[in-house]
Amino acid sequence: MTGKLVEIDDLKVHFPITKGIIFDKVIGHVKAVDGVSLSIGQGQTYGLVGESGCGKSTLGRALLQLTKPTAGSVKLGGVDLTTLPPEKLRAQRKRMQMIFQDPMSSLDPRQNIESILSEGLLAHGIGGNRDGRRALISRTLDAVGLPQWALSRYPHEFSGGQRQRIGIARALVLSPELIVADEPVSALDVSIQAQVINLLDELQNELGLTYLVIAHDLAVVRHISDTVGVMYLGALVEEASSNDLYRRPLHPYTKALMSAVPVPDPLVEERRERILLKGDLPSPANPPSGCRFRTRCPWAKERCAQERPELREVDGHKVACHYAEELSGLLAAV
Amino acid sequence: MSLLDVQDLSVVFHSKGREDVRAVDGVTFEVRSGEIVGLVGESGCGKSVTSLALMGLLPPRGVKTGGKAIFDNGVDLLRTDQRTMRDLRGREIAMIFQDPLSSLNPVVPIGDQVTEVLTRHRGMKGEAAKKEAELLLDRVGIPDPRRRLKEYPHQLSGGMRQRALIAMAVACRPRLLIADEPTTALDVTIQAQILELLKELVHQDGTAMVMITHDLGVVAGLCDWINVLYAGRVVETAGRHALFAKPTHPYTHGLLSSIPRLDSVRGERLNPIPGSVRDLLPWLEGCAFAPRCDRVTEACVEGPPELTGGAHAFRCVNPVLEESGQDEAALYSREVSGAIE
Repeated sequence: MTGKLVEIDDLKVHFPITKGIIFDKVIGHVKAVDGVSLSIGQGQTYGLVGESGCGKSTLGRALLQLTKPTAGSVKLGGVDLTTLPPEKLRAQRKRMQMIFQDPMSSLDPRQNIESILSEGLLAHGIGGNRDGRRALISRTLDAVGLPQWALSRYPHEFSGGQRQRIGIARALVLSPELIVADEPVSALDVSIQAQVINLLDELQNELGLTYLVIAHDLAVVRHISDTVGVMYLGALVEEASSNDLYRRPLHPYTKALMSAVPVPDPLVEERRERILLKGDLPSPANPPSGCRFRTRCPWAKERCAQERPELREVDGHKVACHYAEELSGLLAAV
Repeated sequence: MSLLDVQDLSVVFHSKGREDVRAVDGVTFEVRSGEIVGLVGESGCGKSVTSLALMGLLPPRGVKTGGKAIFDNGVDLLRTDQRTMRDLRGREIAMIFQDPLSSLNPVVPIGDQVTEVLTRHRGMKGEAAKKEAELLLDRVGIPDPRRRLKEYPHQLSGGMRQRALIAMAVACRPRLLIADEPTTALDVTIQAQILELLKELVHQDGTAMVMITHDLGVVAGLCDWINVLYAGRVVETAGRHALFAKPTHPYTHGLLSSIPRLDSVRGERLNPIPGSVRDLLPWLEGCAFAPRCDRVTEACVEGPPELTGGAHAFRCVNPVLEESGQDEAALYSREVSGAIE
């Protein structure tokens, strides 16, 4: 655990909403990510959870500079990526790679596996000649548990789990330091998910990779992450070590999210009390004033509508709630 | 007395120049009034095809169905004519699909889609139908139903659309609801809302429900009786307490120990089931799960195993009866799986 590999400071990504046919007039902004700060230690896994539309994928993309952030800074090993000229940024890209959710739509159906895997190597001029590249690729195939004959095959010839392994191999072949995995297992069958989770675990142990795992499945995130951040409407509402967060959630949203996850055990299901959240996620184009969760929070008070709670330290957690201390006893009882 | 009695249901797809696909292969289960029965399995296990066969929604060509599905001690859903089926569908049996956006008509307001059911089956018209539709939307928890009736599907959120779809399904107080992955496309907090709603509806109306899902967590909280499917056959069937307390088929056992749980010890390695759903034997030759099973013995590939064991039945010659570490089966399995690869 030496130092921080990723440092994100007050990152904002706002998408303009435009109106008009010839002259686009900006009539508002969707604040997909609105002031998120977090850091990931070398060799650590940071899990980002939240419902759809909370901005977790946008945050991941902004970290990789696939979406230009509106404000804030992203540092990878001390290098500020947001201010780098495109030429220099491209050189940095081999240090950070991405694994996508849907292995079918993120692999070109007309490229064979060798061509898919060598594209990154060619772009960055790694591996020298064809033989050098092939040696690198075949080592990567071994690492992700794919047979060597896969090289001349096409994506459709593989099952979902194997395709996800190809996606992982594509990220891995450049020997990156950081891998952003956006919903890496949610498109896979239940019995295959565990294979891919174990693979990610093993690769981290062997290669010392740093992960940012974005997922909506709390059980999966808990299993693989050291630190977990919970996002709601573009901002972090709670961040804590994986064990702490699940044992003792302090933010009402975290608690509600966890109580909503079904557990495959009828005895547990019958005993547990659920906090059923009312309604849907408000529109990020027009978020509620003050605390963004207040419209669905069962404990919302007047102060919550006026002041936006800052992310502050409470009992080793970082939590954005005015009443975290008072609620912690209450939440533990539920 | 059972409301729906499915006996030996099989569905075979033919296509030119290819081998027949036995998507469902001798599935038997029954559903009583007020009971929720779960069909659980991974993609390709035949759970959705089962529901389509029961609703009479399979394409008329290229499909052969066998067996019986007796509804309410009279009609065989698989053999009845289209006219009777049309009367049953929506009135007596209703279905909730997985993706609410693609099962709602995008160019028709929600209100018209709900009243369509009421007009067709309950003969309601005009203001009366509108009033009833409003009550229905209110019942499934859509706020401000009067306004929502005029809106189009794209104006509603995912959870709201699923609620609208449920409103349509329960419009005629059907006696049987078939829900095919009703919460898979939704977020967890919305999923919890929808499951609660379904539970409530079943409770209040005494409706029977067939719940089709891949999520063992969902069935644990919802279903009274659970059938686990693999490659078109039921491999284990039991009441929910029995099933989760003592998963007996190696597949069920494997599934349960391969998923990370919110309440388990963190940092433990998961025990995945090796291979993928595609690695299967045809049932005629032996157990379809044998190539992925860690308890496989020679007996597994000699012929198809039967469903045995009374109330908690399983289809396995070498079941997981108790937690035993290294036994003969485990040692043997390494040799066999080596041979299969």
